[in-house]
Amino acid sequence: MRLALFVPCYVDQLRPRIGFAALDLLRSAGCEVEVPGDVLCCGQPFHSAGEAESAQSLGHRFMTRFDRFDAIVVPSGSCVSTLREHLAANEEPAAAEVAARTFELSEFLAERWDSPSLTHPIPRRVGLHSSCHALRELRLGTPSETREPVRPDPAAMLLDRIPGIERIDLTRRDECCGFGGLFSVEEEAVSVRMGLDRLEDHAKGRAEILTSTDISCLMHLEGLARRREQSVEFLHLAELLAASAFGEEWLAAHDEDTHGPR
Amino acid sequence: MGHVDRAREFVRDEARTRWHDESLWFVRAKRDLAADTVPDWEALRSQAAGIKREALTRLPALWREFEDQAHAAGAVVHWARDADEHNRVVAGLLEERDITRVVKSKSMLTEECGLNPFLEDRGIEIIDTDLGERIVQLRNESPSHIIMPAIHLKRGEIGELFHQEMDSPAGLDDPNELTAIARLDLRERFLAAEAGITGINFAVAETGSFVVVTNEGNADLGTALPRLHIACVGLEKIVPKARDLAPFLRLLARSATGQPISTYTSHFRSPRPAESGAGPAPELHIVVVDNGRSRLLAEPGFQEALACIRCGACLNTCPVYRRSGGHSYGTTIPGPIGSVLEPSRDPSAHAELPHACSLCGSCTDVCPVHVPLHHQLLTWRSHLARQGHHPRRRRWALGLAAVLFAKPALYRGVTRIGRGIARRLPTALLDKFGGAWTRQRELPPIPRRSFREQLADRESATTPRATVERKSR
Repeated sequence: MRLALFVPCYVDQLRPRIGFAALDLLRSAGCEVEVPGDVLCCGQPFHSAGEAESAQSLGHRFMTRFDRFDAIVVPSGSCVSTLREHLAANEEPAAAEVAARTFELSEFLAERWDSPSLTHPIPRRVGLHSSCHALRELRLGTPSETREPVRPDPAAMLLDRIPGIERIDLTRRDECCGFGGLFSVEEEAVSVRMGLDRLEDHAKGRAEILTSTDISCLMHLEGLARRREQSVEFLHLAELLAASAFGEEWLAAHDEDTHGPR
Repeated sequence: MGHVDRAREFVRDEARTRWHDESLWFVRAKRDLAADTVPDWEALRSQAAGIKREALTRLPALWREFEDQAHAAGAVVHWARDADEHNRVVAGLLEERDITRVVKSKSMLTEECGLNPFLEDRGIEIIDTDLGERIVQLRNESPSHIIMPAIHLKRGEIGELFHQEMDSPAGLDDPNELTAIARLDLRERFLAAEAGITGINFAVAETGSFVVVTNEGNADLGTALPRLHIACVGLEKIVPKARDLAPFLRLLARSATGQPISTYTSHFRSPRPAESGAGPAPELHIVVVDNGRSRLLAEPGFQEALACIRCGACLNTCPVYRRSGGHSYGTTIPGPIGSVLEPSRDPSAHAELPHACSLCGSCTDVCPVHVPLHHQLLTWRSHLARQGHHPRRRRWALGLAAVLFAKPALYRGVTRIGRGIARRLPTALLDKFGGAWTRQRELPPIPRRSFREQLADRESATTPRATVERKSR
């Protein structure tokens, strides 16, 4: 099987470690992985902002460049949902097929990763933030609104395989964090309120780590928490899985000198 | 002032925002429990959605059937192209009969048409009899929610309002007491009314009858006493058969408030029988209004929004609505469904409403008739951008970004320089450039090398395990 890893633009630029976590996890699951370098964006930010032509042309670029792969894995539910649930609809069948072979990382791993190599315990309380696009667009899990047959949430399934981990319960298990791309800056006031409410819910469950399939949500929540000097840690699901699969040293070894502004 | 500013204003009052959010979340949670009581909730939704979609494909035939049946039953059907025509028809019916006192039960359509001010300008007193609507009427406000018009107000504020408007004792905030006061005041208005206006939840083509649903019985009292009943209805609110009512009535109350059934589900067909020696015979008039609905029907991307049964579930579940309040939308109908409907009336005035949404998709999943609300909001975004209604700044920034993402070499260069600058700038300066992001949030830490750069370095340093294509084809 020819497998490609697509590392979305914001992971590439702001949290490269997630890319390596995904890469190493896929390899440890026995996959041969390629990382094509010239596709940078799935089209999502443009699609959400109403710039349909730009979105479609980037989506098209993605689907034609990844054509030669049997599966494409992306550590972001949001990107996959844009490709699969939106942009594919306007494509030729061959290109749309590529979108259908594009998977969110946890979705791919939970289904194919038979040998659980999650050996290092993480004895921490972890809050799983459900990304709206993974949940309600990709249907990875059952949204609390619906009464559809229960679908397992692959992110939760994987988390629960980590030894020692304690997944906390939330009062509102799948409420939006308020990131929403441009929404986070255009509707700043409401976005911040939504984010603070999510943080509070996780704090009520005494979460020490917040994790999610989508780092975009977490960057928003982390930005809010750090400004308020809350000590909770934010790790993408891939990072958390890598820490359990390869040991906590893996995280430190892949920390790319992240001098933030602070 | 748009949604952004009004929402900012609303959110500033943290305690009230929290309370508003929690009140509506309580209703959403009640709705979830109510959905659990139906053996197959999803099948019921699909059934209702199917009936509405089918009905929307043949509205003219259904309404002709309705008119024939209603006419045979002794009612009169009027047609109104727009809000103005609707208001004139209603005013005409009242003026021809020298009627100056009217009571009205809840109807978002008459809000949409601006019926109250229209009649008041003509010297006709019109009293809203739904408690929530009466409260906002006394405050000269519009409803902030389509089912709970005064949900933005606290009990104490209502007590104060009643104290000023109805001379009740000051400082009341007991809901039962307040309701009793309003009831006393309304009772006199019911008795004095010469006409009752109602909305229509469902018109039935087969029978020429219609259903009005309330929790307060005010539609019943308002039409049982006066001799003239005027029912106003949008042309999307028709179902083919009487049996079609069942799925909708089961869905409506559960979706709206989590009740198994609305307290009053009243069926109307013909005028009340004349009472001997009680003056002129009672009359029933039905005003069917288009007001932009047929335009929406012609838009493949939006026509499904006409399936809406105005249950308000999408408002209750919307994380933005709950935290910004109904008035922040500046429209008759707020929340997700309003942001879908209103831009078709006035695209330039409401171009930003589809962006007052984080695209979480919860609205689509609660909608009892499967209106794909958040996808329609997305569709609006691209429609309005294409029509030139988006701010130039946003379009420019995104245009530049699109160029960058299509040219890997340029992307590499620009992002490397960008990260370099961002890593060197002092926090204070960065916060300034971070704009709305950094006002209340930290920027994420900026790494020295991107993923792609690190991968390339790794590859040239050691035996490559991953193939990196650096050439931009």
